[in-house]
Amino acid sequence: MQINDSIEGLELVYQRPATLTDTPFHYCPGCGHGVAHKLLMEVVEEMGIQENTIGVAPVGCSVFAYHYMNIDMQEAAHGRASAVATGIKRVLPDKFVFSYQGDGDLAAIGTAETIHTVNRGENILIVFINNGIYGMTGGQMAPTTLIGQITSTSPYGRDEKLIGYPLKITDMIAILPGAFYVTRQSVNTAGNVRKLKKAFQKSFEFQKLNKGTCFIEVVSNCPSGWGMTPVEANKWMEENMFPYYPLGDLKVPRTEKEKGSNNA
Amino acid sequence: MHKAHEIIFAGFGGQGVLSMGQIIAYAAMIEDKEVSWMPSYGPEMRGGTANCTVIVSDSKISSPIISTFDSAIVLNQPSLDKFEKAVKPGGLLLFEESAIINLPTRSDIEILSIPANEEALKLNMKRVANMILVGAFLEKRPIVKIENILNALKKVLPERHHHLIPVNKDALAKGKELVNEEIKL
Amino acid sequence: MDQTLELIREARLMKGNEALAEAAIRAGVQAYFGYPITPQSEILEYLSREMPKRGGIVLQAESELAAINMIYGASGAGARVMTSSSSPGISLMQEGLSYIASAQLPCLVVNVNRGGPGLGTIQPSQGDYFQATKGGGHGDYHLIVLAPASVQEMADFVFDAITLAEKYRNPALILADGALGQMMEKVELPEEGSLEYPEKSWATVGKPKERERNIITSLFIQPEKMEKINLELQEKYRRLKEEVRYELVSTDDAEILMVAYGLSARICQKTIDLAREKGIKLGLLRPITLYPFPEEAVASFASKVDFYLVVEMNAGQMIEDVKLSVNGSRPVFHYGRMGGMISSPEEVLSKVEEILETQSVSNTSTGR
Repeated sequence: MQINDSIEGLELVYQRPATLTDTPFHYCPGCGHGVAHKLLMEVVEEMGIQENTIGVAPVGCSVFAYHYMNIDMQEAAHGRASAVATGIKRVLPDKFVFSYQGDGDLAAIGTAETIHTVNRGENILIVFINNGIYGMTGGQMAPTTLIGQITSTSPYGRDEKLIGYPLKITDMIAILPGAFYVTRQSVNTAGNVRKLKKAFQKSFEFQKLNKGTCFIEVVSNCPSGWGMTPVEANKWMEENMFPYYPLGDLKVPRTEKEKGSNNA
Repeated sequence: MHKAHEIIFAGFGGQGVLSMGQIIAYAAMIEDKEVSWMPSYGPEMRGGTANCTVIVSDSKISSPIISTFDSAIVLNQPSLDKFEKAVKPGGLLLFEESAIINLPTRSDIEILSIPANEEALKLNMKRVANMILVGAFLEKRPIVKIENILNALKKVLPERHHHLIPVNKDALAKGKELVNEEIKL
Repeated sequence: MDQTLELIREARLMKGNEALAEAAIRAGVQAYFGYPITPQSEILEYLSREMPKRGGIVLQAESELAAINMIYGASGAGARVMTSSSSPGISLMQEGLSYIASAQLPCLVVNVNRGGPGLGTIQPSQGDYFQATKGGGHGDYHLIVLAPASVQEMADFVFDAITLAEKYRNPALILADGALGQMMEKVELPEEGSLEYPEKSWATVGKPKERERNIITSLFIQPEKMEKINLELQEKYRRLKEEVRYELVSTDDAEILMVAYGLSARICQKTIDLAREKGIKLGLLRPITLYPFPEEAVASFASKVDFYLVVEMNAGQMIEDVKLSVNGSRPVFHYGRMGGMISSPEEVLSKVEEILETQSVSNTSTGR
């Protein structure tokens, strides 16, 4: 029996977007990457920009993002995704370009590229998945690992005296004039999923209008890296990550009206 | 055997040493000769010693790097100390008079002292001292025509600086005159 | 006289760096990404001035690391792209070059070699021969390497390097040195627009409905696949041997063969003149492609000359390729200055004479 036979007579309320391939995600159960991938690709499909979108995958858990996203993609060296995206966007200014990066990639080894890409106001979207750990390499400390958090390379908990503080790179990004829209979201609840999707939509709309860099942090989890069940991981994230990385907009474009009142 | 003339221009950065070499190289190019211009380069160029090697040849130039010269045009003491010995026997050493305290001592080369700075001040244009030296050099070693130095200047100076061409022309003529006076002495 | 300097350049008595930059525009380079470093900053400066006027993209990156990755992105997106730097900056680019070679992206990279190691000196050197010809970064790969020896070749080789890069989908490197970059010679510039843009069906320009998505990657996690990619690369490098180029100077009756490239080759040409005045029959083989290396041409002289002398501005790098080519059938000597020092033609001749002396002593002692 084919799937179509079994659903005959039923109303289709959900399907995989054509912008995702048939390849099943390799992500661990409970991981936020899958949801973020799907939302991003849903937006690409809904906006009808599949033919005009080029993505850049990082090094990290989402290194194989191009296995799933059914668009032209490039796989960048560790930390260099925003430089690669810059190269693409500069020669294809009319296309939609995004990079999709994790915390180690974007906020440790790629800090310089991240800051300067945004500072140039490159007209791209940077998606930053922050789960406070190096997932792919097996759970080492990340630049965003919380104080006291235990990882395989901070087995006694992150000690800020030894290795500094969790880096709030999104806050740094927000103060750069090149950043047009900066927001911090999550995928832990249905409501937050909807908000993140909205943020993706806005970012592509802004990109179409050549507004500058849009930067979306997604505070996420890593059940495997954290050694928790998916449910525990989400709870731990809400109780520990959110207070340090509070959700919400860090920089929103002023409306024409607001601009007008400033000028007055 | 092909005919080539190998020159070093040396002095402090800012004295127009590199420009002297370039203008001769450019004039030689107008005359359809082969040329190479090799500068010393680096942070020492500003105020420190600067030099450039120019080769003008009737045939293809092999090495742009050379260690002996047919002529040396020298604008400061360290350059004189360094390059006097690098002039080929029978070659020419021409220096700016006021810049040199310890005079050259070789007797197997032709040595000319030109008061270029003093004469440039008389022309009310301190910066043409280097062109006085070029005029003097070309009077002794006419490897390019003076008119082509002027043609080169016409071509390389933007319109708004064309009013400077006459004073450069005067400077070149003054250099020639100084050489001839020197010889008379 | 500053204006004079400026305009002499436009009159086509050009610095090597500027001739190369102008040639890049004429060769249809669409985007340049770079970072300032002496002695090649004139390339970035010239292009910053000229590219915007002539429809090209130029971007000063935050580092060479960023620049080479912008090259990766832009080349992957189908553009004809170029970067340039000098030794320390080229070291920073090695990561990106390894990725670019693996992802098989065409691009032009220029190294205006300065003295090292470390921060070294800004004076000319050929100390980056190993890095340039043996890969440079991690993994089994090669760049196509061309070595100009004049300002004219600084311009011409831009066209040649881009042609080869696009034909073989491989990064191509022009390995010059500080002196070639800074010196001025007469140059006739190649005609603008004479280099056609090849079809790049593999580029990521946005996926139309009817084709599969294009992916630019250097990640092939299954060893079977990675080995296959490696075999493809090696096959490409074998095919590249057809592109070997070199120049012979006074070799017809040569009894001693010098092997030198770039500025060293120019110096050796003068040494030939000096030597022949003394009756020493010197010849020169100048490799133009350093990779692929003209190994057969070098080997072909083994039956004709008494010995080889490799002249480089380094401690002895290309000599290894010469020795491999000659394969022990003749002695191979080396003469080199390092750290930004340049050999004079006379010094090279002294080395030749010194070798001749020791050779004749050893010949006598063995009773020949």
